[in-house]
Amino acid sequence: MADLLEVTDLHTQFFTRDGVVRAVDGVTFQVAAGETLGIVGESGCGKSVTALSLMRLIPQPPGKIVKGSIMFDGQDILKMDDDDVRGIRGNNIAMIFQDPMTSLNPVLTISRQISEALELHLKMDKSEARKRTIELLELVNIPSAKKRVDDYPHQFSGGMRQRVMIAMALSCNPKLILADEPTTALDVTIQAQILDLLKNLAREFRTAFILITHDLGVVAGMTQRINVMYAGRIVEKADTVELFANPKMPYTWGLLRSIPRLDESRKAKLVPIEGLPPDLIAPPPGCKFEPRCQYRRDVCHEKEPDLKHIPNSKPDHEARCWGTQEGGWLVETDWRREIGDMRVLEEIKHETASVTSAPTAAPETPPPGA
Amino acid sequence: MATASTTQERAAELNVLARKQRSLWGDALYRLMRNRAAVGGLIVIAAAFLVAIFAPQLAPYDPIAIPQNPSTQMEPVWTGSKYVDSRYLLGTDFLGRDIISRLIYASRISMVVGFIPTFIVFALGVTVGMSAGFFGGWLDQLLMRFTDIIYAFPDFLFLLIIVASFRNSPFGKIMDGLMLIFVAIAIVGWVGVARLTRGQVLALKEREFVEAARSVGASSGRIMSKHLLPNALAPLIVTAAFAVPSAILGEATLSFLGVGIIPPTPSWGQMINEGFPLFSSNPWAVLMPGICISVVMLAFTFVGDGLRDALDPRMKT
Repeated sequence: MADLLEVTDLHTQFFTRDGVVRAVDGVTFQVAAGETLGIVGESGCGKSVTALSLMRLIPQPPGKIVKGSIMFDGQDILKMDDDDVRGIRGNNIAMIFQDPMTSLNPVLTISRQISEALELHLKMDKSEARKRTIELLELVNIPSAKKRVDDYPHQFSGGMRQRVMIAMALSCNPKLILADEPTTALDVTIQAQILDLLKNLAREFRTAFILITHDLGVVAGMTQRINVMYAGRIVEKADTVELFANPKMPYTWGLLRSIPRLDESRKAKLVPIEGLPPDLIAPPPGCKFEPRCQYRRDVCHEKEPDLKHIPNSKPDHEARCWGTQEGGWLVETDWRREIGDMRVLEEIKHETASVTSAPTAAPETPPPGA
Repeated sequence: MATASTTQERAAELNVLARKQRSLWGDALYRLMRNRAAVGGLIVIAAAFLVAIFAPQLAPYDPIAIPQNPSTQMEPVWTGSKYVDSRYLLGTDFLGRDIISRLIYASRISMVVGFIPTFIVFALGVTVGMSAGFFGGWLDQLLMRFTDIIYAFPDFLFLLIIVASFRNSPFGKIMDGLMLIFVAIAIVGWVGVARLTRGQVLALKEREFVEAARSVGASSGRIMSKHLLPNALAPLIVTAAFAVPSAILGEATLSFLGVGIIPPTPSWGQMINEGFPLFSSNPWAVLMPGICISVVMLAFTFVGDGLRDALDPRMKT
């Protein structure tokens, strides 16, 4: 199947007073029509900026997409003029934002806000748009939708607002929906409902989804493939089952170790990843994860590994790690048993402590929403 | 007991659900209407409007023409002095013209001068402030430096200079000098609105709903008019409510100084000006228009205060 979206070597940078922040640094991935892709990583590793870049919504200045191409449906979004991009936004690619509390305009009714895209792209008149709005609200399970369309956002709860956001995203039957941490601002029970809704809608409308999250638990049940991002790069990509069963990058191991599991004994402690993500103005010279990696060797500090196919794994499983690549020292490692070199771990803890207590902890200007 | 409490809860729940949902503006109107001073102010303003509209029907005499046998400087009838003419309830001015009729006609000037410049001020100020705040960069710099320059002039002095210098040009004669006053008040007034709008827009454009609007493909113009303006409207409305009386006062002051409305067209400031030389013999000719100005100003101030209180808690989340 031809790919709906093909991102090649995307570089998005923010030009700040302190230097150039390489928020997205050479990201390449594809999404097929109807497929759900998860992008996972810590805060500030470039997930949101990737999503915003896809719609050309990077605030400019200070941000700029300096390199790469984004082929959507055979057209390069980065080469379009502003009018054409506007024609795609909301119509072919829609976005669900992180915080439903602030993503709705407080002074406009729900119906006005959902109708906006309908009137803009499908050229519906007011009454048609209203009818469709009510249908959409029913689709996302808002009770007594007919009565609620004329309400204002403050009359809705958080979960309902996120449903409204989803209805907005669905309004023009887009081919691709970017969901940027759609459940982060919601409590756990609502999270499950919203994820369920998204899953059903994705299946029903055969819409491709890109689900951005820091929560591996969220992507597990939702996605077909996962890209793990770190410091503006993809460090591991694999299909979902493969990634959970056979992760091949110490960073992914760290992420997996830090989520609680119901099927393991209570005594097993959650292990956080020590340290902080690197400063993207002056990233480490070698592997970006090296400063926090318990399995590191000298080579990691000297040269950055490529994103490469990994032995003992499925053919489309790639990772960016010297250790797990052909001939590496981690090929046979069972990440559940061997948690790395304890001496290195102590070293990392020590370094982190000195960084966080130092007064010059460089106030990095994080890209908005990253 | 348990059933009773659950029934009560159920009733409360139904009540909550059944409560009529008001829009944000409906809410604000409701709060405004509960503010007695504001309602009083609104009534006074409405009355002033009616008087202005129906001036020809209400005024007993011609406000401009000088009577055949003028009885000048009559005092109001209730004073009981010997300078009283029962035909002129509030007395007459130095040319023998009926003060009531002149007050009634003068209200037209005040109402017009209060509202028309305010519209111009807002059209100009919102456009400039919105574009400066929204687009930023060099446009913002250019517009705001220009605004700063105008802002740097003392308001009234600037107004006086404009009016005084163009008073004798053909433009200054249009509508008895009213046009010049409109334009002058607008030129002086728009900067405040521009700065206010810009400040609002700067804060609002960072909000996520603007990004959300962009993500559905809304153009900049649409975002400005449909998303930013309604959000910035509350403080702008309050400012407008205070801009109207200050425009009225501006005209009154100019006319009092003799550079406003060209006589014989009556305006309250003009009447104070004309009565002033004879203030010691007949203070009523000055007091009456003075009272009119004060009452109307007070009414607008009450409404402005009421609006501010009503619109303040608009961000309910």
